Amino acid sequence: MFRRLDDARPEVTFDFEGRPVTARAGESVAAALLAAGLRGFRATAVSGTVRAPWCMMGVCFDCLMEIDGVGSRQACLVPIAEGMQVRRQRGAKDLP
Amino acid sequence: MNTLHDAVIIGAGPAGMAAATLLADHQADVVVLDEQSAPGGQIYRGVEEMAARMPDLFQLMGADYARGDELVARFRTCGAEYRPAHAVWQIVPREDHHEVWASSAGRSAPLRARNLLLATGAMERPVPVPGWTLPGVMGAGAIQILLKSGGILPEDLVIVGSGPLVYLLAAQCLSAGARPTAVLETTPRGALAAALPLLPAALRGKGPSYLWKGLSYKTLLRREGVKLFHNVTDIALQGEVEVTDIAFTSRGRKLWLSAGVVALHEGVIPAQQIARALGCTHDWDPLQHCFRPRLDGFGNTTLPGVLIAGDGGGIGGARAAEHSGRLAAAEILFRINILNGEARDGLALPERRGLAAHLAVRPFLDRLFAPAPWVTAPADDVVVCRCEEVTAGAIRAAVAQGAQGPNQAKAFLRAGMGPCQGRMCGPLVSEIMATALNRPVDDVGYQRVRPPLKPITVGELAAVEEN
Repeated sequence: MFRRLDDARPEVTFDFEGRPVTARAGESVAAALLAAGLRGFRATAVSGTVRAPWCMMGVCFDCLMEIDGVGSRQACLVPIAEGMQVRRQRGAKDLP
Repeated sequence: MNTLHDAVIIGAGPAGMAAATLLADHQADVVVLDEQSAPGGQIYRGVEEMAARMPDLFQLMGADYARGDELVARFRTCGAEYRPAHAVWQIVPREDHHEVWASSAGRSAPLRARNLLLATGAMERPVPVPGWTLPGVMGAGAIQILLKSGGILPEDLVIVGSGPLVYLLAAQCLSAGARPTAVLETTPRGALAAALPLLPAALRGKGPSYLWKGLSYKTLLRREGVKLFHNVTDIALQGEVEVTDIAFTSRGRKLWLSAGVVALHEGVIPAQQIARALGCTHDWDPLQHCFRPRLDGFGNTTLPGVLIAGDGGGIGGARAAEHSGRLAAAEILFRINILNGEARDGLALPERRGLAAHLAVRPFLDRLFAPAPWVTAPADDVVVCRCEEVTAGAIRAAVAQGAQGPNQAKAFLRAGMGPCQGRMCGPLVSEIMATALNRPVDDVGYQRVRPPLKPITVGELAAVEEN
């Protein structure tokens, strides 16, 4: 797990699947969720295995999440914002 | 259509920032696109923010990291147009320029570039061992990014691997108050003996400062009593839903440790996605087990008007990247007739000297920390393509059924066709197939990389058409 050092950055609150989560302005969605204790970020489309970030720099795509209604966004590259809506992505997408 | 820019630089790490600064100093019209929301690249990630708001942590990160703050400050005021949070997803070659498509905040627009400088840096070499897809198992660089970008520290960390970053990360975590449970060195027995003949050359230029740093980190770890295991092999990460244990062999003894976070590191390799998509020629580096783009002394690729600087052209580190960035910038200034050949070469001379000084240590480090055979030849049951969950055994079976290269492996197995588009498995698939086919890796080749290079929505594409 991870813990956070104190710093002077302003706090930001976002919504993770209906729960309010506090983060620090300037950090990525993935960093904020790791610091909040989340381990499973997505389930793969092939077998449904749970994944979490490997690289934190936009390479591995294991941090893909639904952010503000848009699926398959790289949570490690998206800066957290006040009121942002974040959801896990589970398995393959059902297309209507 | 919009302005034809003298240069578009992709990446705002040390190479991209140094190149942009030199170009702007000479009044060239330059745009820098970067995926991150602040300049610095991965090496200086979050440096401005940390310097401003986390002074204690900034102090603790050391002088090498602090250099990034100066570099960023110069870049910010140099006059280059900087566009953060821009993901390049397509580059179209036109008659006398390249058209660069980047997405930001859900909108895409093209930029026209007379010269294109790829400064996209390195990525960590994937480390395919059993259980490496479990949550909590990360690249060592990822742990460092969490530290840099927000003072987020791992608990119950086990660091496993070979290379300078192993010791640097352990020392940084220790200083920040996140004492690693253990460091597991995977450097094989005999690597030091093999590298020793290269040591005299490594003592030239800036070599001693790199070697000194490495030794001081190791001394710190010993002094602080961090458990160190040597010649580690047979790594297996275990856990039901996340990593909880690591089993391994050290000097013939079978051992295990419990772990909350595991950092794996077997060096870094050039990030090749954009250069591959454009069709730049690459060569296999058999010592580093990676592909490198074919470059001349200025960073020109095999495609006219496309240059590469920094670790994306071959691993040299942040300081070398600055020099190669300025070399590429000098060449671009020549290509756009701001400098004549003589002026370009004059500008290049100190950069070449600086580059050589920072690269002097590399042959020694490259040999010492060359990946062990198991890193690039995983066991049959180990997942190689994380996205499509394709094992090494499945790739070997596809070869047995007649697959001749990575593009056929796509058709057989979808290896490289998931969300990461082969970034993670690409070099591994090439090497595994080459070994199975008993052919050189260069012959077997690489997956064809196709746009969009980053995920964009259909709506965003449609909006482009409407505009």
